[in-house]
Amino acid sequence: MSTELFKKMAQSIIDGDSDVSVELANQAVAENIDPIQAITDGYVVGVNVVGEAFANGDAFLPELVMAGEAMKAAVNALEPEMKKRGTERKMLGKIVLATVEGDIHEIGKSLVGTMLSASGFQVFDMGVDVATAKIIAKVKEVDADIVAMSALLTTTMVKQKEVIDMLDKEGLRRKVKVMVGGAPVTRDWVQRIEADGYSEDAIGAVNVAKNLMGI
Amino acid sequence: MSKKIKSITNPKLHLDVLTPAEVNKIHDATLNIIENVGVRFPSARALEIWEANGATVDRDSMIVKAKPHLIEAALKKAPPKYNLCARDPQQDLPLDGNHVFVGTDGCGVEIIDIHSGERRTSRLHDVGEVARVADATEEIGFHWVSLSAQDTPVETRGLHEIKAIWENSTKHLQTESIYNEREARVAIEMASLIAGGKEQLRKRPVLSLMQCTAPPLGHDGGSLDAALVAAEAGIPTGFMTMSAALTTGPATMAGVLAVGNAEVIAATALIQLAYPGAPVFYAAAQTASDLRNGAYTGGGPEDFLFGAATNVLSDFYDIPLSMGSFATGAKDSNWQAGIENSLSTFMACVSMSDMLLGLGFLHGSRIWSYAQMMMDAEIFSIVHKTMQGIVVDEETLALDTIAAVGPGGNFLSQKHTLKHMRDVFLPEFMDRRPYNVWEEKKDDARDWALAKARNILATHQPDPLDERLSKELARLIAAEEK
Repeated sequence: MSTELFKKMAQSIIDGDSDVSVELANQAVAENIDPIQAITDGYVVGVNVVGEAFANGDAFLPELVMAGEAMKAAVNALEPEMKKRGTERKMLGKIVLATVEGDIHEIGKSLVGTMLSASGFQVFDMGVDVATAKIIAKVKEVDADIVAMSALLTTTMVKQKEVIDMLDKEGLRRKVKVMVGGAPVTRDWVQRIEADGYSEDAIGAVNVAKNLMGI
Repeated sequence: MSKKIKSITNPKLHLDVLTPAEVNKIHDATLNIIENVGVRFPSARALEIWEANGATVDRDSMIVKAKPHLIEAALKKAPPKYNLCARDPQQDLPLDGNHVFVGTDGCGVEIIDIHSGERRTSRLHDVGEVARVADATEEIGFHWVSLSAQDTPVETRGLHEIKAIWENSTKHLQTESIYNEREARVAIEMASLIAGGKEQLRKRPVLSLMQCTAPPLGHDGGSLDAALVAAEAGIPTGFMTMSAALTTGPATMAGVLAVGNAEVIAATALIQLAYPGAPVFYAAAQTASDLRNGAYTGGGPEDFLFGAATNVLSDFYDIPLSMGSFATGAKDSNWQAGIENSLSTFMACVSMSDMLLGLGFLHGSRIWSYAQMMMDAEIFSIVHKTMQGIVVDEETLALDTIAAVGPGGNFLSQKHTLKHMRDVFLPEFMDRRPYNVWEEKKDDARDWALAKARNILATHQPDPLDERLSKELARLIAAEEK
């Protein structure tokens, strides 16, 4: 009976249409459909279709981003119902994401966030110009698996090291994986600060995160 | 070593990439954006200036909305022409709309080591070495800070970099690596020492400052404050948009021009409101993001068109332009690098962009290559020759000589040939040897370009900076490091 609705949900993701994906989520709640099932049998099917098309070169980055955002909007709309039912969507891991202190460059970081959450990670995006202490506090608060940091300037890139040093000092370094990115970040830098992974683009970042989680 | 600087002047070629009506449409769209969408200025000082001049300022979002007449009136105060001055006055660069000068690119993080060929993290020493090679290269008119001096303290890095360049070259220095008020103030003190005092610096700005916008429609607070400090000292400043189709700009090229234009002219207007008549320039390196991974591309037909179109915009505002060209996205000096750097440079030259940037880099301005630097210089020479076009007059039609040779002879032994043979372009790095000669070593442009750079580094000593001056500069930097 819900098959038709699930198909529409998948299609809303393929179309990258957040309005429709949210509308369908609300409809599912009204019809008393299990939100977890709506995600798994509906929306995720759409995400996979877009992901596959992208991998084959038939879809482009804007389609991937819009699918990711439609997915996020739908999940947000289902959130209260999941809470009410005491159910939770199984996530791949928790990631605290930020552009480091003194750096206001946002777009690459946000793109990484969209890709990670579309791939099933729970992403806590702290925005730009985020102080080291705040990042550490967030890591503790949400019990993060991964910290992901962006920097676009060689002068702010050093804050990535500061965060790693602070994690170490707080005894969190063994528990929390660190991934870094941004135009000036090179393999050499990653080795020097002993980060666990880096990627030059948002698509690669998903694979890095999955590897770090052993998935 | 020659002090000559090669520039394109009195071009014969011309291209109408935008009609006057189209420029007006872009201008109107830009004013509409600034008035109704607004531009973010996250600097207390900038917001005060806007407020004092009647713009609408939202203190929380730091977004400024300004009426068209405010922007237009402010822009009219900008000087249309001025000189970028050099430590050696023979090497001053007139930004007068009739010259195209090339600068090195910046600011990279890695370099292909000239001796070992290994790719490694950039250091202060590299900044000086690149400047020394640029000093000896006539195609290069001015410097950007080529590489980040990553072995120097973060808080004074921008100062170490400009000191290294002044110590290795007499040419003009435009830094893109100083983006906070504190460092800008010290840099101006350093420049005053070079120029011989604050008033002399105002007359002969041996330093200019370039700031990047924070697209879409934003600025960095430190950049704004640094630019205001520079403008106060009479140092030329410019704001560069790197608006990229798909990511920081719309997918359409006209939209990218409009959104980037809004960033640049809003900041330029701010400078004029604060310091009417301060020398300013327009700077741009728009591009299209890659459709598959969103990457900065550093080349492609969109870049070529932006290169030609942006000077039409800066001419409309009657201020000089600093335009990103070269700076291929290629990982190596290959087919892609040749195409991207040739076409981007040609298109930016054909509309007479005053300053061109980008020479010397691979991988979208990340990795410095001395070989690429030399080959890019030759690309500029080729474009330089092409821009002269074909001169048609009695002398060049050579009728008497054609008659003297007649059917079946050759022109090699003609006086007319001897007189004009040096008009024919002689490349340094193109392979025109017989096949069997090439086959012996299979060497090519990359080898010869690298050898040329190595030779310059081994032999070229620039006019030294007075040792006392050098010490003074060091003292100013050291005072910042306490």
